[in-house]
Amino acid sequence: MAETHSLQDMRQQAAVAAKVFIQRDYTNGTVCQFQTKFPSELETRIDKQQFEETVRTLNNLYAEAEKLGSQSYIEGCLACLTAYTVFLCMETHYEKVLKKIAKYIQEQNDKIYTPRGLLLTDPIERGLRVVEVTIFEDRSLTR
Amino acid sequence: MHLGVSESMRECEYSQISTRSSTPMETPYKKRTPKKKKWESFPGRNKFYCDGRIMMAKQTGVFYLTLVLILVTCGLFFTFDCPFLAQHLTPVIPVIGGVLFMFVLGTLLRTSFSDPGVLPRATADEAADLERQIDVANGSTGYRPPPRTKEVVINGQTVKLKYCFTCKIFRPPRASHCSLCDNCVERFDHHCPWVGNCVGRRNYRFFYMFILSLSFLTIFIFAFVITHIILRSHRSGFLNALKDSPASVLEVVVCFFSVWSIVGLSGFHTYLISSNQTTNEDIKGSWSSKRGKDNYNPYSHGNIFTNCCAALCGPLPPSLIDRRGFIQSDAPQLAPPTNGITMYGATQSQQSHMCDQDQCIQSTKFVLQAAATPLLQQQSSEPVILTASPENGGSLPWPHLPHPGWPSAPHSHSASPPHRQSTPKPQLPRGHRHAANPRTQPHTQSQPPPPGAGGPPPLSYPGGNALATRYASLRQPPGSQSHRAGWFLQPSQPGLTTRGLRQRTGKAQLSLTMGYLPPPPPHVLKTCIRTTKLSCATFVPACSHPQFIFLSLLSRT
Repeated sequence: MAETHSLQDMRQQAAVAAKVFIQRDYTNGTVCQFQTKFPSELETRIDKQQFEETVRTLNNLYAEAEKLGSQSYIEGCLACLTAYTVFLCMETHYEKVLKKIAKYIQEQNDKIYTPRGLLLTDPIERGLRVVEVTIFEDRSLTR
Repeated sequence: MHLGVSESMRECEYSQISTRSSTPMETPYKKRTPKKKKWESFPGRNKFYCDGRIMMAKQTGVFYLTLVLILVTCGLFFTFDCPFLAQHLTPVIPVIGGVLFMFVLGTLLRTSFSDPGVLPRATADEAADLERQIDVANGSTGYRPPPRTKEVVINGQTVKLKYCFTCKIFRPPRASHCSLCDNCVERFDHHCPWVGNCVGRRNYRFFYMFILSLSFLTIFIFAFVITHIILRSHRSGFLNALKDSPASVLEVVVCFFSVWSIVGLSGFHTYLISSNQTTNEDIKGSWSSKRGKDNYNPYSHGNIFTNCCAALCGPLPPSLIDRRGFIQSDAPQLAPPTNGITMYGATQSQQSHMCDQDQCIQSTKFVLQAAATPLLQQQSSEPVILTASPENGGSLPWPHLPHPGWPSAPHSHSASPPHRQSTPKPQLPRGHRHAANPRTQPHTQSQPPPPGAGGPPPLSYPGGNALATRYASLRQPPGSQSHRAGWFLQPSQPGLTTRGLRQRTGKAQLSLTMGYLPPPPPHVLKTCIRTTKLSCATFVPACSHPQFIFLSLLSRT
């Protein structure tokens, strides 16, 4: 039976057993993508498919943020013409997608990761270098 | 405190209260410090203004020169030439000049003040993880680790990713470490002293627009000043024209020299943008066909138009270094030691058995503290306490180390660590926005012991270079060392420290070494060596045994 911990609970009470870092995948250039390889430390905690699905969705979201399309060009030209003052009023497309990503990670944590004693850290807090997965001690075994 | 609140909530509240309203009685060493913003403890050599909104390089003298040149030249143009031109030609001239001037100034300030795309340094956990992976891959435990590179295939080209020892990351492709700013910058183009900042992924388009608009402005002013002089000479002769408008001479001279350099630079960068290369790559010839027939730029989009659009109109990534955010402590990392953080090999069996030479121990502690005190921040971590037990037939218990994730680095979290006894925390002089320079912080040998240190007066030691202790590394000595009572400060002996003495420009390094046997467990040793960032390390030299502790403190500003 999986123990449900609230995020706050975990952070206050649980001890960090280990941290796993999902590194960037540069095979497509400098676009922000993360490796979908399933780390062995998570084998006992979470289903491989689920984890890979999470990483793949994140990759898709980042690709959307950095996509070179008509929308980004229009935004760029408009910004240039207004001497970038337009960004005082509105967010860049990238920032909008980052918010979406933050929400997605929060949702994934609440639904999937926290009940299994894991915690995903938003990559933006790590400079888009890694996806940090914190593994908490499995108290259910000790109780 | 609210009654009837659930235990977990009370626990939360308690922990909140304990960090905010601690009385001097309970926590003698915890000061109430206002929450700091991340820019205040930024590890690179940057200057920040306007509460972190503005970010520039350390040396900004040339930037002010650029500003002065532009302002003075344009000022003279608008004051002395424009009235004549507006009157005798058309008033559109000053208007266009004004628009160009505003554009130039705007793009210059935007280039100079924005974050070029600095990559934040790795956290201690990340660095430890990387180190472990590298060691597993290399399988060697030599003192000089092999050069760390990773190869990755990008669009058919093999690209080498280098490991940055400063930032403790594998640099993404096209990123480079700027030695002037001491940061890794994404898509690093070059460090431009004229704009007083690095030019990287986030400000390249502004830089390009700056030099492009400046070229137009320079040509514009040059052309119209010449026109002005010619028109005047028609009326009153050449020499009289020069006498009537002396400022024009200065403008012509400035513009003449600027045109060659700036127009040339604009042309060069236009070429770079159209081929999607950085100055760095072009200078190194990374994608030059001279290197090989199959050498091509894997980042190019194929055609000039797409490359230009991508560089100038592509999405603008946000800054990765959250400058104005508050420094937070990560609660999971602050788990008290009793929970047993086994991953990093820190054992709970902290045998605080002191050998008989307490004086030696205490003075060693003091010296390290004294050395580190002027250079390090207040909120620093646990000292490393290495202990030796004579009963432990030869194998010493491994030191109890602070959790690498704890707010240990002077430039990371400011959360107050749990209560610790006597070793006072070293302090960075406040108000310094860039890392302390050992040359400006001369180490004094006879510092009075900080409060709470207790113990005997300090032992004097030879050669007191100032050192900023960021890393304490424990190194396995090559063999048994002769017994030495006490400790000494000396340049590292070859083969005894991980990296030996490294002299970098402007930095002094010093190794404080002591001998130690037997070797610690390898995983602990390596983790200690590379990931523990300590502001002060105290240790108990096993003076009474033919065993020593090797501690090498690499100082780095």
